[in-house]
Amino acid sequence: MIAALGLLIGIVLGLVLRPNVPVGLEPYLPIAVVAALDAVFGALRAYLDGIFDDKVFVVSFLSNVLIAAAIVFLGDKLGVGAQLSTGVIVVLGIRIFSNVAAIRRHLFHA
Amino acid sequence: MPEPDQTPGWGVPEKGPEPGDAARQRLLAAVRRPSRAQLVVAVLLAVLGFAAVTQVRANDRDATYSGKREQDLIDLLNGLAGTSQRSQNEINRLETTKAQLEDSSNNRQDALRQAQQDVATLDILAGLVPVHGPGLRITIADPGGTVPTDIILDTIEELRTAGAEAMEFNDKVRVIAQTSFDDGAGGTMIDSTLIEPPYVIDVIGDPHALETALTFLQGPQDDVKSAGGTLTFRENDDLTIDTVRQPVRPEFAQPTTTP
Repeated sequence: MIAALGLLIGIVLGLVLRPNVPVGLEPYLPIAVVAALDAVFGALRAYLDGIFDDKVFVVSFLSNVLIAAAIVFLGDKLGVGAQLSTGVIVVLGIRIFSNVAAIRRHLFHA
Repeated sequence: MPEPDQTPGWGVPEKGPEPGDAARQRLLAAVRRPSRAQLVVAVLLAVLGFAAVTQVRANDRDATYSGKREQDLIDLLNGLAGTSQRSQNEINRLETTKAQLEDSSNNRQDALRQAQQDVATLDILAGLVPVHGPGLRITIADPGGTVPTDIILDTIEELRTAGAEAMEFNDKVRVIAQTSFDDGAGGTMIDSTLIEPPYVIDVIGDPHALETALTFLQGPQDDVKSAGGTLTFRENDDLTIDTVRQPVRPEFAQPTTTP
């Protein structure tokens, strides 16, 4: 319940405050969002499995975001930023799909 | 590890009749009974929602290229250059087509104008339209009826030689290439119409040349005089010839080459 409220509050804050993305962060924010989504779905799956742990969630959330951003940053420095961000998105997308599949099996037996 | 005194369903899975039922119960429990762990999750989810909304808005509104990578910018530039090149080619192609169309349109208009000029000239020559212009009004008085058709015909021929462009007898008969002359009772038959003296001939042409054609020595004026009549003329700057003829389609004569 509180988790859903937190998500709602975040969305409302984003809509109300209309923050500007700093230019330096602009390439990393989308990757970070997708990485965080991956962590969230992983957590939901773990919760339904009954092995959820909030510390693990916090660590995985932050490390996911940081590692994704770091990979893209490294790629930018190496001159392959666009390709690497595509790769990261693909990997995270696959993980999100598999996590959602597991959640679906838990909830709907299908 | 979760503490044992936390909400049931945390950590150790409940032994439900079905694994799916257990999952649902856990979800329901999470909704019904908030916990400290949920607070942490809520904070992180708020961050996620905030970042996602920010990114979506930035993406919607992003009209500048300030945050793009160098490679992205190069790709964009290449794409734009290609598009520009294709557009330029398209423009060139369309302009060529336009020039061709204008050319053919101009040619057609030229041909049309030429044809219209030809028609106007031929209409005048065939006597199909009323005409006006400078010329002479010639009056041949023949009180004794002694001026023969030959002299009338000679007069016409002299006028034609002097460049007469349109002629008319007594406001009745238009003289054209096919006009025939014959003797008639009390006058002259011109195109089967009896023209009685005095003959009034309206001629359009260069007045000076026409005058010369009438007055030279042994010319029409002298001929008429010696035949017992009088030939007088008056110059007119704007003579009008109203008589017209119906067009006649040639029945036998055909052009030897198709135009």
